[in-house]
Amino acid sequence: MGEPSAMDTFDRWRRHFADGLREPQLRRLAFALLATGAGLLPLLAGSAQAALPKVPTDGADTLLMLIGSALVLLMTPGLAFFYGGFTRSKNVLNCMMMSFFLMGLIGVLWVVIGYSLAFGLGFNSPFIGGLEHFMLKGLGGDLGDAPLADGFAISSTSFALFQGMFAIITPALISGALVERISFKAWFWFCLLWSLFVYSPMAKMVWGGGFLGPFGSIGALDFAGGTVVHIASGVAALVAAGIIGSRTTWPDNKRPPHNVPFILLGAGLLWFGWFGFNGASMFASKTAGYPFLTTSTSASAGLLAWCLLEWFKDGKPTAVGAATGAVAGLVGITPAAGFVYIPASLIIGALAALACFIAVRVKSAIQFDDSLDTFMVHGVGGTLGALLTGLFAEKALVPADYFPLSAKILEESGNFGMFIAQLKAVIFSYGFVALATAIILYILKAFMPLRVSAEEEDRGLDFVAHGEEAYDPMTN
Amino acid sequence: MKMITAMIRPGKLDAVKDALVAIDIVGMTVTDARGFGRQKGQVERYRGTEFKVDFLPKLKLMIIIPDEKLEAALSAISTAAHTGEIGDGKIFVSPVEDAIRIRTGDRGPEAL
Repeated sequence: MGEPSAMDTFDRWRRHFADGLREPQLRRLAFALLATGAGLLPLLAGSAQAALPKVPTDGADTLLMLIGSALVLLMTPGLAFFYGGFTRSKNVLNCMMMSFFLMGLIGVLWVVIGYSLAFGLGFNSPFIGGLEHFMLKGLGGDLGDAPLADGFAISSTSFALFQGMFAIITPALISGALVERISFKAWFWFCLLWSLFVYSPMAKMVWGGGFLGPFGSIGALDFAGGTVVHIASGVAALVAAGIIGSRTTWPDNKRPPHNVPFILLGAGLLWFGWFGFNGASMFASKTAGYPFLTTSTSASAGLLAWCLLEWFKDGKPTAVGAATGAVAGLVGITPAAGFVYIPASLIIGALAALACFIAVRVKSAIQFDDSLDTFMVHGVGGTLGALLTGLFAEKALVPADYFPLSAKILEESGNFGMFIAQLKAVIFSYGFVALATAIILYILKAFMPLRVSAEEEDRGLDFVAHGEEAYDPMTN
Repeated sequence: MKMITAMIRPGKLDAVKDALVAIDIVGMTVTDARGFGRQKGQVERYRGTEFKVDFLPKLKLMIIIPDEKLEAALSAISTAAHTGEIGDGKIFVSPVEDAIRIRTGDRGPEAL
């Protein structure tokens, strides 16, 4: 122990900082802020505790989470390509950065405090976690191999990473509605605040033993993020596009996608990553077969349905339609992946594609500039998926020890009762996310312009926001 | 000397080039171009939204030749680029005052 210096100082500082955060006043202040962000929800005390047996960490299950994390990470650059292909060539870098950059911003924010707000227990509230896992403190033990919780054989470190990947891609999804006009500075602050005050509470309410989930008051099922990820991002996109307004070129001077192959590449990467998103959400490798299967079958059904609809209606199946249909199927199956069997997954995929197919046409008809159809695909597909999860959930896949309230609802009032629970969760999520997103944007608007000027929009955001161009014709 | 500016269908480039080489006209410059004439544009559809694309892709050929080869060159291009459908393109001819080969300093028809 010859060198007490740097490491010890750092450790002392870190402990001091962490202790500071536990100060009652600070905690109350943070609590008040969070409560405001959460739309001044009534804070009920005491989230239910699971009564599950203690199990040791399992290597295979933990490996599933680690591989799943890597898969879900890849979805964010995949999304960047999926979205980037749709924009004009002068805006493609800015569009892709709106997703890619979040691997930095939310990647840091999540381990600093986002995880704690989502999955901590410190506030003893069904709406928000706590501050005790600041910097992932207290997770995993010395070697990072401690199990997540009673009944879960995965390490808590792998769980925190896996969930972090979800936290990154969710705000990235919102960007589709706002591309080609939002200022990057406003996007930075929006994502930071939205992640803390919308995403983390949603994750707590649905997955963290909170209000909406099977240990809370509603008992809704959401396997891998139909409400937390897709409804949340879709509704936020709708509200944000409404507040920020259309592109100046919409709808009179719109342009077709600048790179359709990017869209196919992105959709392919999303599908690949979705195996982790849904499959690893089983948290157990032995039983991950169904969510892996249903994820893919639903995507296949969505792709096929969309193309057939186009073929029938417009005479030609399109590449953009194939990509969109697959994503719609993936979105639709997300809340259901581990709760349904194959036939239901095919129906969910096809119906999600049909619903989104109609939605994008409605959007086009009413000329609302949700530029890349974030709400029309993620909002509509997520909503349909959440509701269909209620109708198709299989009792055998909803065990009472892990989903006490949901299993009880299924037992007592069947799939219709489950549908009602899902409906309640959907309505609550719409209200909470819409309100909180609007509050965040109006607060931001007081400090900075949310969009770039018309001249900058015309010049192209790649140069305006980043000083770069994606395709320089003079570079050989 | 004459300059031939030919707007042709992108798929006809090789045929036009081969026809010119066959009558010993070697050397041309090709530019990607977009334009419309009587062919008008086309309607594309993405996620059900229609986009009217007025400017269609063409290739613009620039060929400089001695006066005596003009008629042969024009007929080679028109034959090779012909399909008979609207959109085959157009050929323009204009006079050229001088030409210089940068490597050697040759001037006039020598430089071609």
